[in-house]
Amino acid sequence: MHGSRFRDGVRAGLPLAVAPLLFGAGFGVLAIEADMGRVAAVIMSATTFAGSAQFAAASILDTGGGAAAAIVAAVLLNARYAPLSIAVASIFPGSVRRRLVESQLIVDESWALAGRSGRFEYGTLAGVGVLFWLLWVGGTAVGTLVGDLFDPRAIGLDAAFPALFLALLVPYLRTRRALAAALTAAGITLALTPVAPAGLPVVAASLACLWGLAR
Amino acid sequence: MSTAWLVVLVVGAATVLLKAAGPVFVGARALPPRALALVEVLAPAMLAALVVTQTVGGDQELVLDERVAGLAVAAAAILLRAPLLAVMTLAAASAALLRLVL
Repeated sequence: MHGSRFRDGVRAGLPLAVAPLLFGAGFGVLAIEADMGRVAAVIMSATTFAGSAQFAAASILDTGGGAAAAIVAAVLLNARYAPLSIAVASIFPGSVRRRLVESQLIVDESWALAGRSGRFEYGTLAGVGVLFWLLWVGGTAVGTLVGDLFDPRAIGLDAAFPALFLALLVPYLRTRRALAAALTAAGITLALTPVAPAGLPVVAASLACLWGLAR
Repeated sequence: MSTAWLVVLVVGAATVLLKAAGPVFVGARALPPRALALVEVLAPAMLAALVVTQTVGGDQELVLDERVAGLAVAAAAILLRAPLLAVMTLAAASAALLRLVL
């Protein structure tokens, strides 16, 4: 194993567990409003397992945008998973089939927590990933059944995510290269957000950092 | 096939491939040192970009709302070496409180 066990991962993810549950329920509510149907909503959470892309697709369908617009927006939002998964490629053990299945546990939170110690830990990624997947799919199912009971924004959940990513970012900022990469990426994302479709700024920022360093 | 199912299937398949890009198509083969150095700065770059989109990201616009205050509180808590859960709770609580009183 790579230093951390599955159990450690579950433990690392538990403090954050309320988020996938509530946002999963939020997605379920939105999917019903968008006439996606209960089964399609739960299947989407089980297979796509990526909050922002699912919310984007459902709200585009809800506001009458077509399938093409919903697909492009969601795929663009998930394009960041290519560089994210390449960064953790070497920690996945086993056969191709096993790696294909387990790579689906990569989400922003499992990826970020897995890298908390300075190098990526497989056990943490798998533990957080499985926990979040169960809560995300379960939350979606609950949301499609109970409807709009509460607003995750009212308890400030949307502000907890930038705080999480900032807390995980700070330990990386010990080298000049890392600091330069973080500042460049933040600047590019800030500049592109008003003009580019959602999802593109994060991908463009990471590509620009890589390109700048590769020269 | 309904529009919703078309979206679910295409987005699902694309996401499976994107997440598998590293573990399946790159795998455990050793990356050259130059590529390793790139992966090292990828993490801070992606995290910084995520902080920005999650704090001020909107639908093709920058939105300044209670999340910014939450992030400021989080930054202070991080400087004071608060644990991760405390950082997130303080950020969420300050945003929720501002929404309640404003």
